[in-house]
Amino acid sequence: MTTTLYTSDHEWLAIDGDVATVGITDYAQSQLGDVVFVELPKVGRSLKKAEAAAVVESVKAASDVYAPVTGEVLETNDALAAEPALVNSDAQGKAWFFKIKMADKSELGGLMDEAAYKAHTA
Amino acid sequence: MLARDDQDSLKNTPLHGLHVSLGGKMVPFAGYDMPVQYPAGVLKEHLHTRSSAGLFDVSHMGQLALRPKSGNVEDAARALERLVPQDIVAIAPGRQRYAQFTNPDGGILDDLVVANFGDHLFLVVNAACKAEDEAHLRAHLSGDCIIEHLQDRALIALQGPKAEGVLAKLCAEAPAMKFMDAGPHKVAGLDCFVSRSGYTGEDGFEISVPAADAERLAKTLLDNPDVMPIGLGARDSLRLEAGLCLYGHDIDTATTPVEAALEWSVQKSRRSGGARAGGFPGAEKILAHFDNGASRRRVGLRAEGRAPVREGALLFADVAGGEPIGKVTSGGFGPSLSAPVAMGYVPTASSVLDTKLFAEVRGQRLPLTVAAMPFVKNTYKR
Repeated sequence: MTTTLYTSDHEWLAIDGDVATVGITDYAQSQLGDVVFVELPKVGRSLKKAEAAAVVESVKAASDVYAPVTGEVLETNDALAAEPALVNSDAQGKAWFFKIKMADKSELGGLMDEAAYKAHTA
Repeated sequence: MLARDDQDSLKNTPLHGLHVSLGGKMVPFAGYDMPVQYPAGVLKEHLHTRSSAGLFDVSHMGQLALRPKSGNVEDAARALERLVPQDIVAIAPGRQRYAQFTNPDGGILDDLVVANFGDHLFLVVNAACKAEDEAHLRAHLSGDCIIEHLQDRALIALQGPKAEGVLAKLCAEAPAMKFMDAGPHKVAGLDCFVSRSGYTGEDGFEISVPAADAERLAKTLLDNPDVMPIGLGARDSLRLEAGLCLYGHDIDTATTPVEAALEWSVQKSRRSGGARAGGFPGAEKILAHFDNGASRRRVGLRAEGRAPVREGALLFADVAGGEPIGKVTSGGFGPSLSAPVAMGYVPTASSVLDTKLFAEVRGQRLPLTVAAMPFVKNTYKR
């Protein structure tokens, strides 16, 4: 059973044990518009919480995606390189960005559940 | 987010209510609350303009009439030639030409379009510069011309391969117009100024319409299923693919028309040896650039990868080390090419087509190639 949590910077994390799958929310993609390029972190990279981890670019602008937790990048979603528009069509599903092995699960304490995130974007 | 005060100080165009009702995402631009995109999104809006027809509200731009006190339009043309390096006298009635206001250093104060309406000149200038442009005209031309800022008119651009067919239903003369023809015409029975021109690289028209009638005309045009409303986002990606300069980015007070690769817009009559050579602000420097070349030049840039290279990215000759040799002035993703496109300034020696360069993006140097512009072939009806 996975739990999905959200950051105030519009990332989602699906938690499975000490591994989090990270992406941007459907709200974030709707604000960005048509995504044309995604840059992902290298597998094996150590990320600190709040560090710029990935970049998502629309026709108009580039936006940073921040590491929502501290940890090591285990895997990245290669499908996004070939089809960045997946971020628009399935932001909280097929368009996950990376999987991270969390160093400190207590960092999850500050994140929002779905209801809180909905209130945040209302 | 903007503070309430800032929101309140933004001006609205006569089509503001229509943008909001169409679901436009409104952003501040040049002092106006303007649609950056509609629900279709930048990508679809861009591609629709290239395949069908797009409607743009460009009412924020400045429209000015220059009326000769003598009654002879040639006197207004001669007067305007004191401020621009273009041959204005040679613009035939019913025609228009691209021009630049230059400063004493040879830089560009604004770029504009000048039309000859037979008894007066009609000017369209950039929104962000229009107050300064009006003051500049009044300071230098008031002896010869009456300068009228036409604030009660909206400006609508209709661009794309189906623009002619759409406008023909409302303006029978439209199909006979050629690229850069301009003059008063009735459109849907309204007193409009119509030019066959635009800012997308596509065939199309710009229609100046009385503000009170603007929404009715825009709605009539949008009633045609070929027409989609287009926001500023796609306007920028379309003009970038067309290789057209954006004032304040690709050209400004620090760039001469020669550095900006706009030599084509300066007619021989105003260059060294021409019938009316010089006589505009910065002529000494601009003509020296024509005669001896400039040390840097605006070029088109294509990337090898898919990462967009944006405004402000520094350009390098080598993959590592060395000082920057130039800078990107406009850049992004070209939807019609499905690839990044950019333009920027480089030393003239590096401006040759196919020169390999590197742009620094997030600490990495991405390979670029100097490429011909327009990036997308234009489809003007000449």
